[in-house]
Amino acid sequence: MSAHIHAVSAPEVALSVRGLTISLPKGMERAHAVENISFDLPRGQILCVIGESGSGKSVTANTIMGLLPKAIGITAGSIQLDGREIVGMGPEALRSLRGRVVSMIFQDPLSALNPLMTVGAQIDEAMLAHGVGTPTSRRERAIELLTEVGLPDPEVMYHQYPFRLSGGQRQRVMIAMALALEPAMLIADEPTTALDVTTQAQILKLIRDIQHRKGMSVMFITHDFGVVAEIADSVVVMEKGRVVEQGSASKVLRTPEHPYTKRLIAAVPHLTGEDRKPIPAKDAGPILKVENLVKTYRSGSALFRTLRVVPAVKGVSFEVAAGRTLGVVGESGSGKSSLGRLLIKLMDCDGGRILFDGVDIAPLSEPAFRSSRQKIQMIFQDPFASLNPRTTIGRILTVGPLAHGMAYAKAREEARALLDHVGLDAGAFDRYPHEFSGGQRQRIGIARALMFKPKLLIADEAVSALDVSIQAQILQLLDRVQRETGVSMIFITHDLRVASQICDEIAVMQKGEIVEQGPPSQIFLNPQSDYTRELVAAIPGERPQGQKPEAAES
Amino acid sequence: MPAFLLKRLMQSVMLLVIVSIVGFVVLNLIPGGPMAQYALDPGMTQEDMNRLAEQLGLNRPLWVQYLDWIWRLVQGDWGTSFRDGSPVLDVIGRHVFATLLLMGSSTVIAVAVGTWIGIRGATHRYSTFDYLATVGAMIALSIPTFWFGLIGIYVFSLKLGWLPAGNMYTIGDGSVLNYLHHLIMPSTVLALVHIAIWSRFMRAATLDAISQEFVKTARAKGVGERRVILKHVVGNALLPMITLAGVQLPSLLTGALVTETVFTWPGMGRLFLDSLGYSDYPVVMGLLIFSAILTIAGNLIADIVVALVDPRIRLA
Repeated sequence: MSAHIHAVSAPEVALSVRGLTISLPKGMERAHAVENISFDLPRGQILCVIGESGSGKSVTANTIMGLLPKAIGITAGSIQLDGREIVGMGPEALRSLRGRVVSMIFQDPLSALNPLMTVGAQIDEAMLAHGVGTPTSRRERAIELLTEVGLPDPEVMYHQYPFRLSGGQRQRVMIAMALALEPAMLIADEPTTALDVTTQAQILKLIRDIQHRKGMSVMFITHDFGVVAEIADSVVVMEKGRVVEQGSASKVLRTPEHPYTKRLIAAVPHLTGEDRKPIPAKDAGPILKVENLVKTYRSGSALFRTLRVVPAVKGVSFEVAAGRTLGVVGESGSGKSSLGRLLIKLMDCDGGRILFDGVDIAPLSEPAFRSSRQKIQMIFQDPFASLNPRTTIGRILTVGPLAHGMAYAKAREEARALLDHVGLDAGAFDRYPHEFSGGQRQRIGIARALMFKPKLLIADEAVSALDVSIQAQILQLLDRVQRETGVSMIFITHDLRVASQICDEIAVMQKGEIVEQGPPSQIFLNPQSDYTRELVAAIPGERPQGQKPEAAES
Repeated sequence: MPAFLLKRLMQSVMLLVIVSIVGFVVLNLIPGGPMAQYALDPGMTQEDMNRLAEQLGLNRPLWVQYLDWIWRLVQGDWGTSFRDGSPVLDVIGRHVFATLLLMGSSTVIAVAVGTWIGIRGATHRYSTFDYLATVGAMIALSIPTFWFGLIGIYVFSLKLGWLPAGNMYTIGDGSVLNYLHHLIMPSTVLALVHIAIWSRFMRAATLDAISQEFVKTARAKGVGERRVILKHVVGNALLPMITLAGVQLPSLLTGALVTETVFTWPGMGRLFLDSLGYSDYPVVMGLLIFSAILTIAGNLIADIVVALVDPRIRLA
């Protein structure tokens, strides 16, 4: 009888995982990467696996692809892929499934393509690896695929090298490659996380369209509930290697049962469309006034006709009121990070004025600016790269103030007080960065910036590298710091949802210019420029109430 | 691309000019100078010395001598040897084949063996092979080349009698086989240290490439492991190695100097030492310029090859 049941269930379920346990090598933070997880992916549906970093979602995907590193092994359970049991399968049998029965696309399209091979050759290879077709037929198929994923000039694209393509285009190439042999199942591992929000919307639509057209089954790994709302039929929520909740997308999103799911959903920043309650202002006027700021990057030289001129910031003007937060949002290449670096004088501008506390700091030399530098501090994006791994937290916090002449005893006292203030144990003072998690490190980064009692904090994508629940905590911390110290903030981010949480004013940048500036209520509910409208519309999972996501309708 | 070539070519010429100036000045700063060997001759009077200096143009200011020398050099007149009066270019020409043969064959050995060890060490990381390769490389790097040469001669020539102890060929036997027979030991000894260096760099470059995302992409397509390594990993790992090959060229030349002496190989290394001994300054300067040209050309070629192979540079 069991054979009979098996035969019926196989065509209906593209993927069935039962009691899967994958152990980690000894000495890791936990014994299992995933523990006793079970879920099904019904044929022709999109299953979202959601979880924060370390939840085991990527390990699960790699296991299904047979791409686990040698040190990690499956200890128990079964994985039925398109009716075949793949646990215990030999390497050659697994290889023959990859790309033919199950394909995968990855997070970072910039590094996922071989830089030395043309786009065409890489798509060709997906077929060649399984001995499919002749060179001519494979070429035709590749061009057909490039057309299918919506790339312009497929014939030209075929001969292009990856470096000529944008991130979105490269992800389309990846999708074309994955579709080459019409696999039954596609695994997408955070395929839109590294992309700009408008590109993300396009790629999500493409995956959904192709899934519809081909009736393909898709396992979509993400950390973003916005994306889940956008495309999922069903959802599996993972925490620390276990499945804590699963069900249909609408059920999990509307009536989450497990506390972790509830917490995750609550932590997702939403567009409030409400303005922030202003902090009782001291009415000291603007702390920072930027007038007509210009920066142009030049490389190469005119002598050899290789001169490249890239205008990064084109005549930007704005003000930041004392004790308020200005959000600078834009996509990659909009000039928002260049702007941040100009304001802290990590690089000199080509024109315009930066009035900080009434003084134009733009023309100041480094020695003349040095005393003001303390008053403008930066919080960086990557909490792992921005702390020197060989120095203690205490040294990281005190080295700056000591250099500016503070006594060590006083600096140490203040550092301990600040660590406590940002929610860390004072014992952190003597420890090293690797002993802390990403969120904790970002707290250290904030404490470091606050050591100088700055008047202006510039946060460049300060929460982008963090999980949503940590993100929410850091945003709360920044909010509290501002209310207590009255520091002004410039919050640079690509994420409009995050900006809506913390900013009093938002400036939208595009191609080096501010295209719109106003309070969140204007930007999100009543955007004035076309570009802002486009950006807001592209935010995943944010639709006017009552309108269902397209994927859930069908 | 043409702009890039022109730029690199101009840089190379500038570099060559600087090297020639430094070489010329340093050589003339050495106590005694070109006239030292005559000063020791008891039959020479101060008058003879002055006359000789005037004949050779050595009484002019140094910068005039340099300009005169470099101007002739550009025109193809590299001066005449003090030792036998034949043109420097001819003297170098008589020895260049032997050195290029030795350098060429040991480069082939070093690159082939080093690449293989590097790739295997990276794909079988922390295996017995990898550990042995690491230890072997350390040994090859820490023991001087001449010691390996002497041990080689002792074992393979004196004890076993398999290989000749020196020279490039047996007089009277000009066959290719005879040349190869003589070539085996010097080229292997010269290659040893370069195998060590090359394999370490190749291992690092392979490890670097193997952890790239696109390698995972290739595996996800179902590409076989062999092709993944050869096409995707090695292809990308070899890019930085081309530059390394250009940088390694001068050390191969200096290595040849020692190896040629040990194996009485009639190449430029021996010529250089002999000429220094005789204070044959025109030949020494000629060799200096020749090896500078060789080194700079090697780097230039490496850069051009990288530019040709890497589409990001070729098409930029």
